[in-house]
Amino acid sequence: MNAKHLELTQVGIDFPTPKGPFTALRDVNLNIKKGEFISLIGHSGCGKSTVLNIVAGLHQATTGGVILDNVEVKEPGPERAVVFQNHSLLPWLSVYKNVELAVKQTLRGKSKAEIREWVMHNLELVHMTHAIDKLPSEISGGMKQRVGIARALAMEPKVLLMDEPFGALDALTRAHLQDSLMEIHADLGNTVIMITHDVDEAVLLSDRIVMMTNGPAATVGEILEVNLPRPRDRLVLADNPEYNHYRHEVLTFLYEKQKKVEPVSARKSGTEKGASSSKTDAA
Amino acid sequence: MSKSASIVTFIGSKESSMGKTLLSHLQALLLPVIGLLLFLAVWNGVAKTIDTSLGQFPGPAQVWEQTLTLVSEHSAQREKADAFYARQEERNAARVAQDPTYEPKIREFTGAPTFFDQIWTSLYTVMIGFLIASLIAVPVGIVCGLSKSAYTAINPLIQLFKPVSPLAWLPLVTMVVSALYVSDDPMFSKSFVTSAFTVSLCCLWPTLINTAVGVSNIDKDLVNVSRVLRLKPLTHLSKIILPASIPMIFTGLRLSLGIGWMVLIAAEMLAQNPGLGKFVWDEFQNGSSDSLARIMVAVLTIGAIGFVLDRVMLMLQRMVSWDKNSVLR
Repeated sequence: MNAKHLELTQVGIDFPTPKGPFTALRDVNLNIKKGEFISLIGHSGCGKSTVLNIVAGLHQATTGGVILDNVEVKEPGPERAVVFQNHSLLPWLSVYKNVELAVKQTLRGKSKAEIREWVMHNLELVHMTHAIDKLPSEISGGMKQRVGIARALAMEPKVLLMDEPFGALDALTRAHLQDSLMEIHADLGNTVIMITHDVDEAVLLSDRIVMMTNGPAATVGEILEVNLPRPRDRLVLADNPEYNHYRHEVLTFLYEKQKKVEPVSARKSGTEKGASSSKTDAA
Repeated sequence: MSKSASIVTFIGSKESSMGKTLLSHLQALLLPVIGLLLFLAVWNGVAKTIDTSLGQFPGPAQVWEQTLTLVSEHSAQREKADAFYARQEERNAARVAQDPTYEPKIREFTGAPTFFDQIWTSLYTVMIGFLIASLIAVPVGIVCGLSKSAYTAINPLIQLFKPVSPLAWLPLVTMVVSALYVSDDPMFSKSFVTSAFTVSLCCLWPTLINTAVGVSNIDKDLVNVSRVLRLKPLTHLSKIILPASIPMIFTGLRLSLGIGWMVLIAAEMLAQNPGLGKFVWDEFQNGSSDSLARIMVAVLTIGAIGFVLDRVMLMLQRMVSWDKNSVLR
């Protein structure tokens, strides 16, 4: 494995606000190996999505930078495909045409037959070949996200960036998609960075879990290596003490070390726990 | 006991629900008819009490009578025209038979345009004006939607010109057209060009504003998809921007056509373009005892055509809109 595949060095970002610049991220350092599955976890508003967007090139880092295979990331591109949280399929195009749009961009100058074959191949990976002529509005949320993944995979990305890809789905659908994603990752060996709120999802899927501190000026708090053998089976792992240990680690980080200070309005229901916690005491 | 009672209520409720749907269908049909009949009754009653210098204000009966008159005038004029062309052909054939080198002259029939000719003129004029406005408004709207600076630059102009009445534009347009549209054998009459341009000036704005709003409100994720795919600007426009804003563009076009049709009647009155507006004006100037009834026919016709135009646009909007869940009415 190549040690220097994707490097984030001293990444920080300021957003301009009427009250002056707001520092969302500071000193984010991360080295990701080829084929590694990384989860970014942290409380909402901690800048996970911002990290992902910087790697995608959709945001420009104010300090530091991102290097992918010795090339600096300056703009978005298909080698860093993004699976968006809300699938973001073009609602006026059929499932097939949505994927085809991506394929036509990446396989420039290929014949029609080759394009069709590659579209169908990627839809097969996510088990969606039965609905190629449907519009996004005619399929379920889980199916839409499958198509979103197929579209991203069709770009043959070096890095697959997933922004809470299963966040909007019900638990059963989410489990199905997680299994599909593990299969695909085992097959293709893409590097994956996935944002998640779900501790189980992070432990089940990841090689490493990057836990982020709360913002403002959020950064990498702890990194947890998940040394569970693959292929992983959620049923077997449910009773696995090691698995539960990893879960416990992440939960401890999130709910003790980075206890979220709730805004006053949300605290009315009577829980006084949040009030006593300090904000940033992490690494 | 209780079981049979519940069955009875079940059947009863089923019947009443069936009755309800029937009733609602009947209502949907009956209520507009009742409304129309009430309107006709009130119209009839009120019309009898109003005496103008051109006689009594026309009631539904007189208007209907004049509708039939206008239809028969139209067919009579058509017959005259046919007869004229037949005579002309005969004459030309005779001349050619006498002298094979003779080149037959074909003259247009010069009879006065009938009410129905005037409807066509109006429709044609409004369509040309609307087309010109759309060809300008959609691209400018897209630019305004894409670039905040363009929007900031153009917005004051939009706000300034949007509320201007067509009647204010008309003298200016008339003079400009007379000055610039000079040709010995004009393809269109000046009155037509003036009317069409006035329509354009007034129905530019809704399309422009709605297009700009539609384009600027495109889901940011879709724009990001396009960025990740590195779509070229033109592909971005045709694959993302245009389809995404089509529903809003059509909302604007529908509003524009409605305004255009209203503006056209006023423009035709003053520009003397041979359409419905001129018909109304001529009848007013004519001042016969039938004039008011004939104007009323024109009023109802204008309303009906405006309604049909709106329905046609709605149909088009439904056809091109990808958002099948949105309720369009």
